[in-house]
Amino acid sequence: MNSDILQVKDLHVHYDTYSGVVKAVGGVDFSVRAGEKLGLVGESGCGKSSTVLALLRMIKPPGRIVAGQVLLDGVDLLRLSDEEMRLARFAAISLIPQGAMNSLNPVMRIREQMADTMRAHNGGRPKRELQDRVRELLQWVGLSDWVANMFPHELSGGMKQRVCIAMAISLKPKVVIADEPTSALDVVVQRRVMHTLERVQQELGASVILAGHDMGLMAQFVDRLGVMYAGLLVELGATEGVFEEPLHPYARLLIDTLPSLDRKGDFKGIPGVAPSLLSLPPGCAFQPRCPHAFDRCSVDEPAWQEARPGRWVACHLWTEGRG
Amino acid sequence: MTALLEAHNLTKVFGGGLLSRRRNVALDNISLVISGDRPSIISIAGESGSGKTTLARLLLGISQPTSGQVLYRGKDLKRLSREEWKAFRREVQAIFQDPFEAFNPFYKVDNVLNTPIVKFRLARSRSERRELVGKVLDMVGLRPEETLGRYPHQLSGGQRQRVMVARALLLNPKILLADEPVSMVDASLRATILGTLLKLSREMGISLVYVTHDLTTAYQVAETILVLYQGSVVEVGDVEKVIRNSQHPYTRLLVGSIPLPNPKLKWGTEAIETERTGGRSGVGGGCKYAGRCPLVMPACHEQLPPLYRTDSRRATACFLYKESPAVEGVELMSSLSQGEQASHKNG
Ligand SMILES: Nc1ncnc2c1ncn2[C@@H]1O[C@H](COP(=O)(O)OP(=O)(O)OP(=O)(O)O)[C@@H](O)[C@H]1O
Ligand SMILES: Nc1ncnc2c1ncn2[C@@H]1O[C@H](COP(=O)(O)OP(=O)(O)OP(=O)(O)O)[C@@H](O)[C@H]1O
Ligand SMILES: [Mg+2]
Ligand SMILES: [Mg+2]
Repeated sequence: MNSDILQVKDLHVHYDTYSGVVKAVGGVDFSVRAGEKLGLVGESGCGKSSTVLALLRMIKPPGRIVAGQVLLDGVDLLRLSDEEMRLARFAAISLIPQGAMNSLNPVMRIREQMADTMRAHNGGRPKRELQDRVRELLQWVGLSDWVANMFPHELSGGMKQRVCIAMAISLKPKVVIADEPTSALDVVVQRRVMHTLERVQQELGASVILAGHDMGLMAQFVDRLGVMYAGLLVELGATEGVFEEPLHPYARLLIDTLPSLDRKGDFKGIPGVAPSLLSLPPGCAFQPRCPHAFDRCSVDEPAWQEARPGRWVACHLWTEGRG
Repeated sequence: MTALLEAHNLTKVFGGGLLSRRRNVALDNISLVISGDRPSIISIAGESGSGKTTLARLLLGISQPTSGQVLYRGKDLKRLSREEWKAFRREVQAIFQDPFEAFNPFYKVDNVLNTPIVKFRLARSRSERRELVGKVLDMVGLRPEETLGRYPHQLSGGQRQRVMVARALLLNPKILLADEPVSMVDASLRATILGTLLKLSREMGISLVYVTHDLTTAYQVAETILVLYQGSVVEVGDVEKVIRNSQHPYTRLLVGSIPLPNPKLKWGTEAIETERTGGRSGVGGGCKYAGRCPLVMPACHEQLPPLYRTDSRRATACFLYKESPAVEGVELMSSLSQGEQASHKNG
């Protein structure tokens, strides 16, 4: 039985810059099951946004999707015509982009912005119907009717973020992608926004992909977690399993160096810096920082493999059967 | 001894003119003291809209208080001579919340770093300038070849933010006011950047004002924390006390909402109150948290609770603690700024 709603295969995204080609996504494979919440976590610049933008074909020049497949219910989104893709956005797969709440149109009332999105897809629906739908959507994300009459600057960050969620779900997509939906919000509002997203997801029966860097948020929210490093997925598995026993050395360090209320003044980031996406080191991209690196790591790129049932990892410790 | 930077009873009201719909008391009688005789780290925490950025802008002299004053080396910012103002602008540096706003989209990011070098004559030659830029970028974990020569939109969010930290480091300030400097970076890098700030603070005697809603890192870097709610201080004191043993019901809610990086310890699913919808109460009403507070008492609706000094290094503005002596803000903050003899020895 295959309950995967979305399958991403060997996805590559490059940006052409003066200094060379930035390999922001260097061959990523994962799938999302119907109704599940999947997290993509990784440090700044590792390619999370590029990955999720590519799923919707929203990469802008100088970026381009170089290779890969994005199968939504078996249909490769990368092969749709532009018009077909435009219709699929929002209706089948939708995105709450990073910083979305700051990109609401400042001179347009919330009502109009929401109606615009819906109109772009359903053409000339009667005005009344649209208004009712706006009200219903706002209610769904826990906002009062009057919010519809407001301009973005009259709302708090948490309220704006919920407007963005409401827009993303307005056409009942099967997959909702949220890129750092709460990184500018305080913890209380964050918790509220995440509860909203979770509730909506359950009611819609949609799948959610959450991209971000907050391991705490991931632990609280997602069912499965993918860890990205330098444009690649290095580990993927059930959230509890990954936290309990990370298989990849990077994931292990990431979890071991998490700040917590128990470890004060313990400022250990992971030593070293992530490699340049302009020129990745040979072999495994993490090898220069890896405490377990051995000869083979600087020669061969480790394969993406299922080390244990449901636990994927790209690391020679597992290729070798040493883990 | 005069403190380096002080805020006395700052209040900031937005709107309030005849035509405005409602008065918005963004900041209500806030005091702060940064002595400067030793590097101190104070964190300002609170939910979105609680007035953190407003306070930061007042401290920087970018915006004027409705009442109260900001003193730099004992002198009101409004009375500084040109020379003194220039010294102030160099000694007190800021890193702002939204790094994108600080960038001009039409200039390469190099411009952000070169401008202060030119303005404050930090380098004598091109090569010295390059070296300096390389050094500060390195401090924040950025590589020149991946950063320079690019336009702001060609960097990831976290990369842009780190460029701003690097910029502030160029100037060797006495006080670094950082408004959410690391909200967009991951935990490891956050630790690295905060570690850098902490190291600079110790080695170069820089005092930090760390504005954030990330209580975990606030707990880790700061000695003193000030928790704001709708423009008022609800709890202030040693971070150890305020975070580990919170008193004010709002602080407790905040601490309880921290997403723990442990899938086995889930957030409670109890209903969290809905977004504040109406206007905010004005000065002199009851406690601003009364409407949301699970422990609300009749007295809470009648007057604003003063700060009660519940122990030597902490005060809480809540009637639950009315047995303790009330304390005035400036006095409290001055005494907290004196450091906590030997109780804080970390790192
Ligand atoms: N328009 C662009 N031109 C050139 N390089 C780009 C562009 N957009 C992104 N990049 C580069 O691609 C890499 C991946 O960026 P991306 O925004 O996907 O990272 P991210 O994981 O989302 O980071 P963050 O957590 O900071 O948002 C980064 O090195 C970034 O500098
Ligand atoms: N220029 C302004 N004009 C009118 N109101 C303002 C202005 N700047 C801030 N405010 C109001 O002052 C209050 C405090 O805002 P402030 O930006 O200080 O909050 P904050 O604590 O920094 O929030 P965040 O965590 O979202 O950055 C808010 O109600 C805001 O709407
Ligand atoms: Mg991103
Ligand atoms: Mg702010």
